[in-house]
Amino acid sequence: MFRAAVRLSVSGVRSITRTQPGCQALLASRGYSHGKQETDEEFDARWVTYFNKSDIDAWELRKGMNTLIGYDLVPEPKIVEAALKACRRLNDLASAIRILEAVKDKAGPHKDIYPYLIQELKPTLEELGISTPEELGIDKV
Amino acid sequence: MMLRLTAGRVGSLVARRAAVALTTSSARMASHGHVFRGPMYQIRRPQAEVTSNQQMALPHHENSLVPHVSLSIHPEVSEAVDMSKPMYWDRREIPLPDKRYKDILTPADKSLKEKEKGPWGQLSNEEKLALYRLSFCQTYPEMNQSSSEWKTVVAGVLYCIGLTGLVIIWQTAYVSPPAPRTFDAEWQAKQVKRMLDMRVSPIEGFAAQWDYEKGQWK
Repeated sequence: MFRAAVRLSVSGVRSITRTQPGCQALLASRGYSHGKQETDEEFDARWVTYFNKSDIDAWELRKGMNTLIGYDLVPEPKIVEAALKACRRLNDLASAIRILEAVKDKAGPHKDIYPYLIQELKPTLEELGISTPEELGIDKV
Repeated sequence: MMLRLTAGRVGSLVARRAAVALTTSSARMASHGHVFRGPMYQIRRPQAEVTSNQQMALPHHENSLVPHVSLSIHPEVSEAVDMSKPMYWDRREIPLPDKRYKDILTPADKSLKEKEKGPWGQLSNEEKLALYRLSFCQTYPEMNQSSSEWKTVVAGVLYCIGLTGLVIIWQTAYVSPPAPRTFDAEWQAKQVKRMLDMRVSPIEGFAAQWDYEKGQWK
């Protein structure tokens, strides 16, 4: 829902976070104007499945994250959670922290998205023992 | 104002631009430490040598699409980077670059990496930070910080414009020939009178602005 609600516009500063579920920011994975558009739920499910692969390797994690960050959206908490769990399977704490920094950066001027994300991820962060960038003090220069 | 633009920096900027142009075409040729002659069409310059093909852990660089590349015109400058291998970048849109920042791990680093395989809750904050810095050079806030470079750029531009202005002033004083006599105030006045007598553009233009009864401009 949240990912659907936030369109990161080029001007950035003026856009308001819309939270009504009716606002569908449909992301087609291909540039067709016709044809079936992927819904937000399908998009999320696809990415969660991607990161949930039990034997995911480091390259796939990097490729997935870099691609996901390339999209014009902030990933849903469940996608980030799957990515963090993938980091755990790969014994890569640094990437886990980097992912949190990256999604915060993706939110851009919308300062309320990242706290929401962290709030939703709290159980996972505690379970895996991942410190947020704020806890480590690297959220400031 | 941060005047960082020293001659050496300008030199390295130029070297970097030139070096990119050179290495993009010949990175593959220069991959194994042999002497780099470069393709035929390059500018003649002193022999440049690729000193190393290793992926060096390079220090902090600006956010340019081109990481540190510089052929050793000066021997103290960094080694060439083999662009055919995975590279490290600090970029907002690439959170997880192709390779870890630090390649060469000390024994302390290695033992930390072993500890990373266990529960992360057992790592202290310093250890977590150390692990982060092993994999990454700059954090996102460090990457995104603005610099004062624009002040140097604006100062440089204004300085060059000012210098040009001085050159032009000197030129008008010493180089330009004297102005033609048609520029004299007396000649110009006669010219205007002649144009008015001829009724140049009498409807909407020149003579239309002259009040012929009162003998003055409207």
